[in-house]
Amino acid sequence: MTTDSPATGDGVNGLITDWASDKDAFKRVSWGKTMMWIFLLSDTFIFSCFLVGYMSVRMTTAEAWPNASEVFALTIAGEHLPLLLIAIMTFVLITSSGTMAMAVNCGYRRQPKQAAMLMLVTAALGVCFVGMQAFEWTKLITEEGVRPWGNPMGAAQFGATFFMITGFHGFHVSIGVIYLIIVAAKVWRGDYRERGYEIVEITGLYWHFVDLVWVFIFAFFYLW
Amino acid sequence: MQTHNQSEGHQQHPISVYFKVWGLLFVLSSFSYLVDILQLQGGLRWTLILVFMFLKAGLIVAIFMHMVWERIAFVLAILSPPLCLLVFIGLMASEASYTHLNRLIFFN
Repeated sequence: MTTDSPATGDGVNGLITDWASDKDAFKRVSWGKTMMWIFLLSDTFIFSCFLVGYMSVRMTTAEAWPNASEVFALTIAGEHLPLLLIAIMTFVLITSSGTMAMAVNCGYRRQPKQAAMLMLVTAALGVCFVGMQAFEWTKLITEEGVRPWGNPMGAAQFGATFFMITGFHGFHVSIGVIYLIIVAAKVWRGDYRERGYEIVEITGLYWHFVDLVWVFIFAFFYLW
Repeated sequence: MQTHNQSEGHQQHPISVYFKVWGLLFVLSSFSYLVDILQLQGGLRWTLILVFMFLKAGLIVAIFMHMVWERIAFVLAILSPPLCLLVFIGLMASEASYTHLNRLIFFN
């Protein structure tokens, strides 16, 4: 079995030998990382479909779109603060991205305990994010009366797109938290002592992607 | 082991790079939040939102997700397919404008 065997066969046979010829197009990129990136690419398209759908309904509606700045405002100690919770959520997620980057670094420095601890900190920040999102949803549903099919502030599609987009993102964060905890436990246990700690980087890719999606949601849904 | 790791393309970089990017992300997020606090409106608002958004996204993908250090074959394979989304967005935007126009004419 040589890696650079000549082209053999035409038609379907050629197709099979080409794909089975053990060639790697992506030099120095492990299959694990490649597969995570391909998954993230497909996820990019899913989130893009949601955001494009949001753009379409927002552009087509003849009613006024609710002002996100006001809808998501908080009043703390008599002070009216627009989008405060969302800003805090954004900073929490960025902080978690930072701790994740540190975890990857510790992994490659062969400091598995530190890497695992930093991953757990990242997971804790993720839980914090989801918790604030749950608070935001509760406030929106019980106090503002936003439903997927309507709301008192304006265009009915606001609720549908909001729950769909932030719900799917929150789901990603939740899965990420579980993923982080599992990998952190395995790193802590020493499962990767032989294989090396690229797994931390791959987990990190997923986590940074979740942060990346939030950048777009923050810009298009909350600020626009 | 270290040289082996390097040849395998493992991504180990000075920690200071991460701290700088982390700081920048905080600053850029504060800027985009300021856009709302200061209630900037119209073209200026949309331009600033997009600029800060793309800067943040670029930093995350380039540094945190290590894309600046990957080989070009890999970077292109991953980052070029989303470009067709621009066509999709364009199509949907033009369709949406048309629908909106019709709704204004026939519903109101």
